Amino acid sequence: MSVTTVERASADEPPETEPSYLTAENTISSWLLTRDHKRIALLFFASITFFFFVGGMAATLMRLNLATPEGLLQPSVYNRMFTMHGIIMVWFFLIPSIPTTFGNFFIPLMIGARDLAFPRVNLGSWYVFNLSGLVVLYSLVMGGADTGWTFYTPLSTSFANGYVFAAAMAVFINGFSSIMTSLNFVVTIHRLRAPGMTWMRLPLFVWGIYSVSVVMLTATPVLTMDTFLLAVERFVGTGLFDPAHGGDVLLWQHMFWFYSHPAVYIMILPAMGVISEIIPCYARRPIFGYAGMVIALMAIAILSFFVWAHHMFVAGISIYSAVFFSLMTFFVAVPSAIKVFNWTVSLHKGSISFDAPMLYALGFVLLFTVGGVTGLMLATLPVDVDVHGTYFVIAHFHYIMVGATVSAYFAALHYWWPKITGRYYPEGWARFSAILTYVGFNFTFFPQFILGYLGMARRSYTYPADWQSWNLLSSAGASILAVAYALPLLYLGWSLIWGRKAGPNPWRATGLEWAIASPPPEHNFERTPTVTLEPYSYDPEHGSFVTQEGRSHAR
Amino acid sequence: MPDSALPRPEIQFATIAQQGDTAELGIWAFLINETIFFGALIFTYFLYRNFYPHEFAVAAKDTVLWCGTLNFLILITSSLTMVLSINAAAQGERKAMILWLVITCALGFAFLLVKGYEYYLDFLHKSVPIVAYEIKPGEGNAGILFWAFYWVATGLHAIHLMAGIGLVLYMLLWRIRRGLITPAYYAPLEVVGIYWSFVDVVWLFLFPCIYLVGRS
Repeated sequence: MSVTTVERASADEPPETEPSYLTAENTISSWLLTRDHKRIALLFFASITFFFFVGGMAATLMRLNLATPEGLLQPSVYNRMFTMHGIIMVWFFLIPSIPTTFGNFFIPLMIGARDLAFPRVNLGSWYVFNLSGLVVLYSLVMGGADTGWTFYTPLSTSFANGYVFAAAMAVFINGFSSIMTSLNFVVTIHRLRAPGMTWMRLPLFVWGIYSVSVVMLTATPVLTMDTFLLAVERFVGTGLFDPAHGGDVLLWQHMFWFYSHPAVYIMILPAMGVISEIIPCYARRPIFGYAGMVIALMAIAILSFFVWAHHMFVAGISIYSAVFFSLMTFFVAVPSAIKVFNWTVSLHKGSISFDAPMLYALGFVLLFTVGGVTGLMLATLPVDVDVHGTYFVIAHFHYIMVGATVSAYFAALHYWWPKITGRYYPEGWARFSAILTYVGFNFTFFPQFILGYLGMARRSYTYPADWQSWNLLSSAGASILAVAYALPLLYLGWSLIWGRKAGPNPWRATGLEWAIASPPPEHNFERTPTVTLEPYSYDPEHGSFVTQEGRSHAR
Repeated sequence: MPDSALPRPEIQFATIAQQGDTAELGIWAFLINETIFFGALIFTYFLYRNFYPHEFAVAAKDTVLWCGTLNFLILITSSLTMVLSINAAAQGERKAMILWLVITCALGFAFLLVKGYEYYLDFLHKSVPIVAYEIKPGEGNAGILFWAFYWVATGLHAIHLMAGIGLVLYMLLWRIRRGLITPAYYAPLEVVGIYWSFVDVVWLFLFPCIYLVGRS
């Protein structure tokens, strides 16, 4: 082999001396006992995909039930369906979704590390997650809980008949998995960055995961303590949340939302990170206002701790604290709006290609904006008093949690699919399902804004016959959405075997993860990379780009 | 003892020093999380204490002060011995390191012993909600809230202490026995020490909350 070939190989793609992480070892124990962050990411991917479809089936039954005013399910079954839908979707899909899969897979790759700081803790997190998953499935199979995902006391402690204890324990155990994963990310991002990878050169996805990890690490223990006290209360009944013994029922709500409002940001911050990777890459220009984006992420993370009582405006809290929390909720809209503006401006004079990840990302920006603006309406005290506990709230948070977060999840899945598997996904099908997601989502949830404004209460299995057309529209939209979510499973599965082989950098992107082979070798980097540039050095006019290691590539 | 040879760092670290630093940052991050965990509980306690100052004061007088105080002294001392052990590890004094660790571990067990005896006294005094509970004069309906807090807080603290003892034993029976703790790399022992001191600090907060406030 001549010298020139070696040099050329090292300029374009690193020499493949190490087998890829997928083929390095193929025994079952090499997967179940792996410490490789990439394999653990795939293990998490399998687990949360399973729970996504379990939670989705509960939603299917709910929408079938609501297609007619008389309903299909018994009221008690309907109660259990929406409770299990909420618990499974929040803790077993949305919260772990992007961090445990793409975070796990790409944080070390993007900062130039060979693994996370604590690989055994990372693997442990997956086992703890599955343990909590077994407990929630036990609760579901035995008949489920019927308290709503919020477990409000004293309903959950004194009156509910379902398997509330098991469901609360599942949430309790699940918290340990969150803590293990987020602790790993915080420490990894602090300590394992490659030389030259300063804080202000971190890709925004890393910042997204960092901010979310800080929130997870500091908010989750409150929920852990809260569910622990709930379990104690339900098991032995000492009266911690029972007014008969002088307990305070609102205390549960305060502690629950002290976690669960930041949890909404736990779901959205990594999604914002994903979108900040995709938009510059497909608009071929640097992100607008990088520093502003970083500050906005951290501002959202911090402010998220001071807005929790906006869930409790009608629960009987004092008007002064309601005004305070209303005001803080307005404040949190500022950094969120900065992000939307920056994404939009990043498109300006870009050379935009509407590939599937970009379609998902643009869908994210639009749906997040609708969800955010309706959130401001709900932060306004008089409006909230009017529409509290109606479908308006349901529609609002589904625009954020499903419209935005799940779109970002699919955007990330398509964007990084060639890196994870070494294969291209079929572009036509992917664009089709991206558009279908957007259409189906709006058909499902926009009618719910109208229903909520008309006064339809959430968690009700029945409604006046006048509202059937809106409900039918919503159910029909849900069936479109179901197809849009199932399709990627089929064509991505197809692409694993028949997909076109992808090179190291199929999207001509700038991050370190694209400098190594696809799929990545077992230990990521042959030699530790040196970073010389901030991310997103794209040039829309000449079609050129410079990677973070400083290698320029012409059109 | 061969302490000149540095152990090889794990694959994700460049140097063993980086590995040690990372482990210490990890335990500190974990302790932030733990602080908020116990913080939520202590917050709950003060909320209810604020609602029912009189009932709580009456109920709290039934706690066994000498047990709590003895345990306070035991834990404070164990933090000292833990630090002495880490210091000995840094100096390469293997025997002293092991001796101080064994004492630390013994003090941990002593705490649990005293705590167990105190639980027994609480049981005799009918202060165990549900299992054996009697409303004492003056504590009203809310006294049981104090005892709920008492059992949850001391129980969770005891579980944390047991984890600490487990970690110390792991150091003694595995890491140190195999010569993995050397003056050049003793970060694992330091991590255990930081955790151990945290468990002590929790008791530092629980002790006045449970035994002292309102006793006069």
